[in-house]
This record gives sequence, structure tokens and C-alpha cells, in this order.
Amino acid sequence: MRILSWAYLALMFAFILLPVAVLVVFSFQDGRLPVPPFKGPTLEWYAKVLADRDLMAALGNSMLVALASSAVSVLLGFLAAAGFARARLPGSALLRGLIIAPMTVSYLIIGLGLLQAVNWIGLRPSLMATGIGHVVINLPLCFAILAASIGAPQQSALRAARDLGAGERQVLSLVLAPMIAPSLAAAFFLSFTFSWDEFIIAFLLTRFDVTLPVEIWSMLRSGLSPETNAVGALVFLVSVLVVVTLELLLFRKAAK
Amino acid sequence: MTADVEIRAVEHRFESFTALQRIDLQIAAGEFVVLLGPSGCGKTTLLSLIGGFLTPSEGQILIGGRDMTHVGPKLRPTTTMFQDYALFPHMTLRDNVGFGLRMRGRARRDHDAKAMEMLDMVGLADKAGRKPHALSGGQRQRVALARALAVEPDVLLLDEPLGALDLKLRRQMQDELKAIQRRVGTTFVHVTHDQEEAMAIADRIVVMNGGRIEHCGTPEEVYLRPRTLFSAAFMGELNRLPVRPAGDGVDSPLGPLAVAPGAGILCLRPENVGLQGGFSLGPARLTEAAFFGAHHRCHFAPLAAPELRLVAHLPQGAHPEIGAEVELFGRDPVILTEAA
Amino acid sequence: MSIERTERRQAAGLAAPALLWTLAFFLLPFGAMVWMSLGHMEGRTVVPGPGPETYARIFSDPSLFRGIFVSLEITATVTVLSVALAWPLAWIIATRVPARWRRLALLLAVLPFWTSYVVRSYSWALVLGEKGVIMNALTGLGLLAEPVQIMATRTATVIGFTHFFVMLLTLTIYSNLVQLSPNYARAAEDLGASRWQVIRLVILPLTLPGVMTGAFLTFVLCIGDYITPQILGGNNELSLPQLIMLQLGRRGDFPMASALSVVLMAIVTLAYAASARWLKMDRV
Repeated sequence: MRILSWAYLALMFAFILLPVAVLVVFSFQDGRLPVPPFKGPTLEWYAKVLADRDLMAALGNSMLVALASSAVSVLLGFLAAAGFARARLPGSALLRGLIIAPMTVSYLIIGLGLLQAVNWIGLRPSLMATGIGHVVINLPLCFAILAASIGAPQQSALRAARDLGAGERQVLSLVLAPMIAPSLAAAFFLSFTFSWDEFIIAFLLTRFDVTLPVEIWSMLRSGLSPETNAVGALVFLVSVLVVVTLELLLFRKAAK
Repeated sequence: MTADVEIRAVEHRFESFTALQRIDLQIAAGEFVVLLGPSGCGKTTLLSLIGGFLTPSEGQILIGGRDMTHVGPKLRPTTTMFQDYALFPHMTLRDNVGFGLRMRGRARRDHDAKAMEMLDMVGLADKAGRKPHALSGGQRQRVALARALAVEPDVLLLDEPLGALDLKLRRQMQDELKAIQRRVGTTFVHVTHDQEEAMAIADRIVVMNGGRIEHCGTPEEVYLRPRTLFSAAFMGELNRLPVRPAGDGVDSPLGPLAVAPGAGILCLRPENVGLQGGFSLGPARLTEAAFFGAHHRCHFAPLAAPELRLVAHLPQGAHPEIGAEVELFGRDPVILTEAA
Repeated sequence: MSIERTERRQAAGLAAPALLWTLAFFLLPFGAMVWMSLGHMEGRTVVPGPGPETYARIFSDPSLFRGIFVSLEITATVTVLSVALAWPLAWIIATRVPARWRRLALLLAVLPFWTSYVVRSYSWALVLGEKGVIMNALTGLGLLAEPVQIMATRTATVIGFTHFFVMLLTLTIYSNLVQLSPNYARAAEDLGASRWQVIRLVILPLTLPGVMTGAFLTFVLCIGDYITPQILGGNNELSLPQLIMLQLGRRGDFPMASALSVVLMAIVTLAYAASARWLKMDRV
């Protein structure tokens, strides 16, 4: 049993880590193709990536869309969660269902619907449209996380704050937001990650100003290249750094 | 059906923390023993060692005369009733209770019949087809007991089984546990931090603290003649007076007292302080009184040491006016040294 | 005005922005899409419906109809395979790996999660290609005389998907396992169950609701994904999302893309109805 367990663990780790390992190793390939044999390390492709204007522009666009759409998602989700915690609305279950609904629909379908709406209104596909789409997919998530974090203790604290004379705005900003700050951070972080990595909505709703995944997609059209490996490795490295930092920060806090 | 348990010089360490320090304990076959102590005293560790969920760092555990130190829980003649009951939520009560016999390869008809018999014993035969989530806390507790007893263990280990129940139900379950233990005759080792529960059910109480056994004896012994200050205080409320020998008696903050000479802390239970008794505690003023049903709980300030408070439980009906001065008496004093 | 009404008014005010956003940018576009699916193409122009022409075409044109089954087959294979691979992995990490290494093991098991989704599929193209590491190793060791084509087949799609969903399911099943009281396993073992019986009779059934949720999530995400089949599966057989994108790209056939999307939605809804009923039945 013991040997079997370790063997299985090793096998699965190999399966899971193999593509990333290959990606990173061949990003240093001194040659035109990122396949064996490995011809020795070079940083050439990284230099090329960092000098690539389109890629850097796409990176900036992705950052912008991710930051803005996550901020809007968290804000709207926070207000809605506070609202549903405030009082029982008529048809409350239905309204909650409406906010959660986009979570159960494929991104492709959300993107397609938005594309048609954008076309009808006569707008051009743009980063703005992509951002709107990303709010649609992230709002349910933020709402779900934040609504779940407002429990009985938060509700009585809100009641106490109102009882002590706080206005609605003060109740939200001085009492509720600080109380559920970790959930707000988690919701923002998750939204950011999803928006950052989202492809299909961005692909359908952008034309000239594209986001990073769309730019990488267009790089794939020209076939395998160590340059694509280098981009992928960089994205991976940055994400892992962010995750490890967050893990350490949150872990230390939890340990206290 | 029943066996004795012998703990020989058992020590247990978790990394740098020593949970148990060289414990020796003998439990007779058919005895109902309660391991009593505050959280972190080592009582649950000791139970896990007997159940086979932990292996002691040193020492031996014998059950029915056989060395079980390195035998896993599956092969020990013990079963454990867990604090959270650990009833399998996806199985009916019948399947839960019959699980142990099913694992022993018995035919379904056999283990179903035994399960029904056990459920009948705990008064839940009519709910055999239900699942655990449909039950109340007390009912779950009964199912857990039935499941643990269905395999007819020699020793049943109970890890704070009544902790999750409210007070009234807890008192009722204590009586049931005791009755069932008498009926089946199995050795019960029961862990709790509730001294009233311990006194209600135990043949013998093992008071534990800091990984050691402080006192081991019948409820009367442990309550009335505690061996250490810790077990005296843990078993119930105490009035404490530092004393040292003086002539035929002792000297105390209240002045000389007529008790057998000794140095240390003079311990008096509140019910042993009153308006009459074996020896005088001198005059005192009543500062507060509250009615508790069975008695009045009164605070007295001794005139000789007005900053001290003595707590007395006075019988129903007659207690002095607040502010009145009376002479207090004590009974059954015990003098214990600080470090036993 | 009563206090309750004031409260309700305030609550509605707070929830309104999110509700309006969802209405404007999700529900209305979705309605527009359904409406579009009821129209059809004549030449290069959209003829608005409502009419069944586009749906009729899906069921009469084998190249479109086949897509439904391609998607269903791929998704079913991936879901079953991912659960079967992820459960033991999560169990080993949760119970066999020493506590101090557990977090690290879990982090490693989901590490590629943090690469971009597009790049992850691309990396499998590197690994599985004719000149990729696997074929290189197999032919180099003499196990294969000739490289076998995996890229641009369904196998490649399934491998790429399984890789992703094994990570996802390992996470969900792991969190499920560590939430179980360790006393379940202890109690079963104490009552005489062998280690295998503990897993089969107690732990596995206890994680079933979590596994079902994970499997449903896998189903939904897998059947709606365009990237993995497009990069790894190629164009030999097309899944529903690939067909949808094809309608948009080459022909600008919005009614057909919309109709196929509605079919996709319907499949997901059916899957939800099926698994929801199953979950409820388990609870009774």
C-alpha cells in the first residue's frame, strides 16, 4: 500500500508537472524549435519577448482590464451582498438566482451574447466591452463569496452600528467592509486571476487592442516557437510569485 | 466480554511536548473508571493509547493480561465511542450498528439481528431504518454506544461522549450509561472534564493534571479526602486557609484553630462551614447571600481577617440578616501541602 | 412609511446596481442570442425569425449534429478519467503524505494551474507532438519504431483536458477529505474494517457529494471550452464550441452560432437537472 501510494504520487506529479517543465526548459532553447534535442541555454527568447511591443501592449491591456473589471465586480458584489443581508426582499431567491446565473453559463455563450448586443447597439468591440464581459463572469463569484462571509455576527454588528446612529454609508464603509476585508481581498484576487487568464470573451470582443491571452493565441498561429515558451514561462513565474507571496502572507496571519 | 487493563510506566511525547509522564494505572475487569481533568491534562491521550490509536513512547499496555502496546485498534478487544460520535452519515442506524459485525465477516442476517437487539437496548429499534442526521443529539449518542457495544468488546472507551449534550439530557444519559454498563459488565473507561459527571457514574475516578495522575480513588475518597490541592480544587469549591502547626492545633489568619496540627493549606468545602460544627472559625459578618434552591450560598467576612471571604452553604430557611455577626464553625478539615 | 419598508427600500437600492448589470449585460444579450437563433441566414444576410430553420439544419446536417456527440463523448471521458485519477491523488496527499509536506504536495499538484490556460494547451502540443519529448523518448528507447500521431487527435484533447481537471478535482476532493472528521476512519478501523474497507465503505461514500459537484463543474467547463480542442484536437473532428466559432469566423452565421450555443446550454441544463436529482436522492 505504501509503495503503491508513493509510486502513484510520483506518476501523477510527473503527469501534472511535465508540460510546465517542458515549457520552461525549452524557453531557454538555443535554436528555432522548442523540441528535443535541447541545444543549450540562451536568454535570447526572453530578450525578444521583452522587446516585443505588441506583447507588452497586450500585457498592459490585460492588467488594465483585470484591475478595472475586478474592482467593479467586487464593488457591485459587495453592495448586493450587503443589500440582501439588510432585509428580505420580495422574490429574494429569484433575484439572488439572477445574480448567480452567469456562473452556470459557458464563457463562450456569454461572449457571443455580448458580441451580438455590442453589434446591435453599433459599438465597436473594445477593451471596454471585454471589461464589461469580465464583470459579468466575475460578479456572481464576488457576490457568492461576499454573501457567504456576511453571517450572523456581521449582521448583529451592522444592527449595532445602526443602533448607535451610523448612516448606511458609514455602516458599509466603517463596519461591514473592515469586518469582511479578507473575503473582499479573496474576491478581488480571484476575479483578477480569472479576468487575467480569460480568453474567449476577450477574443470575441476585442479587435485591435488585445489582451495577453489573445496575443499569445495569435503567436500560436505561427507554429511552435521558443518565444511562446518564454512568454508562457514568464506568465507562470509571475503568477507563482504572486501565489507564494499571498500564501506566505495569509499563512502567517493565520498562524498568528 | 470484559477484561482488566494495566498501564505500566507509560510515557507519551508529541515532539517536544510530554503529554503523559510515566503513568501507572490498573483497571479491574468490569470497572467503570472515569479519567477526569482539565483540557490538556493527558486524559484523551491516555484513552487513545488504550484504544490503540497512539503507541506510547515508553511503557506497556496490557489488556486482559496480554501485551497490546503495539497492536492496532482493529485487533484490540476495545472499541471507542468518539466525542463527535463519528456515525456514518450515509448508512442507516441498522447498518451503522451492524458495521463491526459485518467487518468480522458475519452474514447480513446475523449482524442485522444483533444490530436490532442493540438498538432495542438503547430504545431506538423503531428508528433502525433512519439515517443519523434525522436524530437528536441524545439519540445519536445512543446509536454510537450501541455500535461500539455490538461487537462485544472487553473494554469500551468513551471520549467525552456527553460533552455535546445539554445539561438536562446529560444527567439523564449518565444514568443510562451507568445502567447499561451494569447490564453488559464491560469495562468502561470514560473521559470527561465535568467532575459532577465523574461522580455520578464512576466506580473509580482518576484525576489527572499536567500528564500525571493526581489522585485515583472512589468518588467519595476523591471528593472528601483529596490527596492533592489540585484534585481538591478540581472536585469542587473550596475555602483555603494557609496554616502552620501551633501547639495542639494550628495557627491561621483567623487565629488559632482547634484542628490536628499540620502545615500547608487548610481546605474546607462550603457545605462544611456553618453555624455549628467541629471547630470554631471565630466570629464573622455575613456580607452576601443568595438562594440556590437546595441551600443558601453565603459570603462571610471573618472579623479577624476582614479582607478574607469564607463561602458557606447554609441549609434552606435559616440564614442570618446581611451584616449580622455570627460565630462560624468548620467540619472535616483537610490540610494539604502546596505541591503534592 | 413603516420601518420594514424603509429597510426593504435600502436593501433594494444596494442590490440594484448588480441586478441591473446582470440584466443589461447578461440577460438581455442572452435573450438577443436566443432570438437570433430563431432567425436564419440567406446568402450573407440574417433573416430574423422566429422560425425553426436553423435548428432544423443542425439536426439534418451530419457535420453539425455530430458535434454534439463529439462534445459529449470527449466531456464524458474527461470527467470520468479526471475523477478516477484525482481521487486517489487527493487521498494520498490528505492521508499518506506527512503533515508538514502536505501543503507543499498540494501546491505542486496544482502548480500548472498558474500558467495561462492557452499556454497550458500549447505546452501539451510541445509534449505530444511528433518531435515532442514523449515520442522522442519512446523512439529513442526503441519502444516505438515510428512516432505515433497523438497531436490533432481526440486523445490529445482528452489528455490536455484531463491534465487541467485532475488539478481542479484534486483541490476540491482534497478539501472535502480534510474536512471529514478523522474519527470516521478511526471508528471504522476500530470496528474491524481493513484499510481498503475503510476507503470503500466509509471515506468514498462520504466524499461523494463533493465529487459530484466537482464532476459537474468539470462537465460544464469542459463542454464549453474552445481552446483545448482547437489547439490539441485540431480540425479532424469538431466539438460544439469549435463549430460555434467556425460559424462566426468564416461565414458570419450568427443564427447558427446562436442556435448551437442554445443547444450547448440545453445540454448543461440537462446535466444539472440530472446531477441535482442524484444528489438529492443521496440525501434521503
